Amino acid sequence: MGQQVDATGFAMWLFLLTEIMFFGGLFTAYLIYRNWYYPAFVAGSHQLDIIWGTANTAVLITSSFTMAMGVWCAETRRKGGLLLCLCLTLFLGLVFLGIKSIEYGEKIEKHHVPGFHYSLKSFTDPESDPQIYKMYHDKPLPLDMARHTEMYFGLYFAMTGMHALHMIIGCAILVYMVFRAQAGAYTTGHVTFVENFGLYWHFVDIIWIFLFPLLYLISRHG
Amino acid sequence: MAKDMQMNAHQEHENEQDDDRAALEEHRHVVPPRIYLIVGTTLLIFTALTVWASYLELGVFNPIIALFIACVKATIVVLFFMHVKYSTKLTKLTVGAGLFTFLTLIGMTLADYFTRAWGRW
Repeated sequence: MGQQVDATGFAMWLFLLTEIMFFGGLFTAYLIYRNWYYPAFVAGSHQLDIIWGTANTAVLITSSFTMAMGVWCAETRRKGGLLLCLCLTLFLGLVFLGIKSIEYGEKIEKHHVPGFHYSLKSFTDPESDPQIYKMYHDKPLPLDMARHTEMYFGLYFAMTGMHALHMIIGCAILVYMVFRAQAGAYTTGHVTFVENFGLYWHFVDIIWIFLFPLLYLISRHG
Repeated sequence: MAKDMQMNAHQEHENEQDDDRAALEEHRHVVPPRIYLIVGTTLLIFTALTVWASYLELGVFNPIIALFIACVKATIVVLFFMHVKYSTKLTKLTVGAGLFTFLTLIGMTLADYFTRAWGRW
């Protein structure tokens, strides 16, 4: 029995390591482009709302806490507690996705989604974007550097989008787990599923812990 | 006599089950909620800290501090929320080896890109 528990935990970690390598590719691309086009990355980063970003970090950390408590409830066979923790985790996960979709909406409105309709206006003429301008007083970027903001937003959408996809998958599994927990599946001593899902959820949290400073906090001083 | 033997067999079977359960419980170190609460609060404090630090004018140290705080947060999550501190040597070795490979791959790629156009910027 101990060996089986070892084996599933080990397998889960191997899976998470492949995930880390996958996100590692995105992080490496980000670091290289940030090094090349730093002014564009600063200007792009100023477009992100630090309040939403910080709130989302807090939401995700809290959801990790409730998930950890869920594992504890399963281990100590508290069915009610487990249900409460799973529901709270699911709720916080959905709050995170909701805030993320508000942020995406802002980008779509301003034409900051890479593609044919991408607009350089906020970067070649920062004063045309008074909300951001009054906070950071960015100088206008030359056209060739302003173009590279598209790369920043490309990476922003690739990284946060892939992270959000993991959140959506996590939420779907949580819904399944709520029903299973209601049937009493995890409070009989078989906690492996809850524990391994916890590992997945915390891993998604760790990705965000790195995405937040890299994307939102590049250079916040005006 | 036959009844006694049956009882014994039954008891032995129960003992075996208890052993299984004991082995399971011994294997699974149950982390108390108090630790989760401390860890969660610490993570929130570090989040506030990193936001505050990003508003300071520190030059090259801005990203270094931001990444350092992120690494501390990630380490806390891995050790406590993900139970690595209480895990078997196999898990610890897996996590350590994975992290080492990851850093080697990123380090070598970045070393290549950052030195390719050396002196031509």
